[in-house]
Amino acid sequence: MQMINNEKVKKRILRRLASNKFFKWLFIAATGLALLTLAVLLIRIVTQGASSLDWNFMTSFASRRAEDAGIKSAFVGTIWLMVVTAPIAFTLGVGTAIYLEEYAKKGKFTSLIQMNIANLAGVPSIVFGLLGLTIFVRELGLGRSVLAGGLTMSLLILPIIVVASQEAIRAVPGHLREGSFAMGATKWQTIIRIVIPSALPGILTGNILALSRAVGETAPLIMIGALTYIAFLPENLMSQFTVMPIQIFNWTGRPQEAFQAVAAAGIIVLMIMLIIMNSIAVYIRNKFTKRY
Amino acid sequence: MTSPTKEETVFNVENLNLWYGNTHALKNINMDIARNQVTAIIGPSGCGKSTFIKTLNRMVEMVPSVNISGTINYHGQGIFESKYMVEELRTRVGMVFQKPNPFPKSIYENVAYGPRIHGIKKKQDLDAIVEKSLKGAAIWDEVKDRLDENAYGLSGGQQQRICIARCLAIEPDVILMDEPTSALDPISTLKVEELVRELKKDYTIVIVTHNMQQAARISDRTAFFLNGEVIEMSDTDKLFSTPEDKRTEDYITGRFG
Ligand SMILES: Nc1ncnc2c1ncn2[C@@H]1O[C@H](COP(=O)(O)OP(=O)(O)OP(=O)(O)O)[C@@H](O)[C@H]1O
Ligand SMILES: [Mg+2]
Repeated sequence: MQMINNEKVKKRILRRLASNKFFKWLFIAATGLALLTLAVLLIRIVTQGASSLDWNFMTSFASRRAEDAGIKSAFVGTIWLMVVTAPIAFTLGVGTAIYLEEYAKKGKFTSLIQMNIANLAGVPSIVFGLLGLTIFVRELGLGRSVLAGGLTMSLLILPIIVVASQEAIRAVPGHLREGSFAMGATKWQTIIRIVIPSALPGILTGNILALSRAVGETAPLIMIGALTYIAFLPENLMSQFTVMPIQIFNWTGRPQEAFQAVAAAGIIVLMIMLIIMNSIAVYIRNKFTKRY
Repeated sequence: MTSPTKEETVFNVENLNLWYGNTHALKNINMDIARNQVTAIIGPSGCGKSTFIKTLNRMVEMVPSVNISGTINYHGQGIFESKYMVEELRTRVGMVFQKPNPFPKSIYENVAYGPRIHGIKKKQDLDAIVEKSLKGAAIWDEVKDRLDENAYGLSGGQQQRICIARCLAIEPDVILMDEPTSALDPISTLKVEELVRELKKDYTIVIVTHNMQQAARISDRTAFFLNGEVIEMSDTDKLFSTPEDKRTEDYITGRFG
């Protein structure tokens, strides 16, 4: 018996085609709206900030007068923060990933840790700020230093790095590990000579993306008391500091109209920095994929 | 024990049983493997051939659910004894896998991998080992001008011979081969077979194969596995001409499997 009635199919086909078209345009509209928002945002910021953005802006400290204000201390502060955050977060994050993927026995306990790390990635950043304030600033007496800020940021991006590194390690084919073990290599030799080199592009990509998240964060640093207005550069790990997003936040809060342009210029600098970091991540990913 | 004379036996397997969880994959295996001979393992798919040779270098223990009972003596020493170091065993008992698995490194680094992990650092020493191993694997002439290129740029047959060279570089005593030619074309297969015949002068070889002609061509002794048991093991000529067990005869004449 024929189950498909050709007459009915014919009657319905127009309706089916119509809904097909409808959904296609719905999704195009959604994408378009997102792109439009982005474009408006970019155009507004560039037109507003371009006039204030010059070499002077990069080399001047913050100032009460908008025409003198520059981003130097915040820019250098951000670099300092990255220099502290990156190695700590990398070591802890990649170490945890190696442990979980290569050493930990698969079981209830491991999946509990796994679940907690995943949940940690969803904890609001302000909570990490509170943690940093309690532990690093107060308990350990680090004060409002670059070190305290960097440690707090490391904790914030740790879950992202762990998860990304785990995925990269998991993607290393098992037959490479077997090849190494079959030669009499120890687990550590296999990890350091085979697994890590193969997973490194993925690990680096994850680390850079996580770090770019840290560069854009404001809340935890305000929480631990990073300054909003400083006219000096951090000299060592215990120096006080500010970072770009905080500086921008501070400028936008000023009543004078001229500071809005200065803030826009700051945003441009921050965005360029983030775009560069993300491009490096994409470059690494594209260059090193497809090796086995 | 049925071993002919003590010095000639490399592996002596006694009452070996192996389970993957509840799957009884090897059943009461007894076998002697003699020095400087090629021992072929044949049998239908899933009968435990790979499991058996992976037990000889304890690679099978990488599967978490594995349980083993019985003993395997390697030159008279029990490899499952707690003081026996698995890394040492694998340095003496090398392995070539079914699918070529070179590392994503240069040809040179692939072959130098074993010597490096065992602590050889001097460039001249490494150079010498790499050359000797590549020559031993009959691939030196094909790759000597491109040692710095990634091994992934080689053909499958060349990759497999790189893997054999990599295995020779640790100067093993035994080489285990799990269907080393099943991913290769006929010409590469012949080259590897020729190589195996050549290698047996210096090494003891255990080779799993699905190809009965191959077993007949290259091996001295053949063991026929079925459902995790050794049905028959004898000199290759004898096993293929006058098998004692009906099941062996059925298998080698292609009546099943
Ligand atoms: N990692 C594993 N976990 C559970 N069972 C396994 C595992 N590996 C093999 N087995 C089982 O053990 C038995 C023997 O498998 P083995 O791979 O040794 O067969 P084989 O003779 O090498 O087959 P083939 O010729 O297809 O390679 C099979 O029943 C298989 O399903
Ligand atoms: Mg197999």
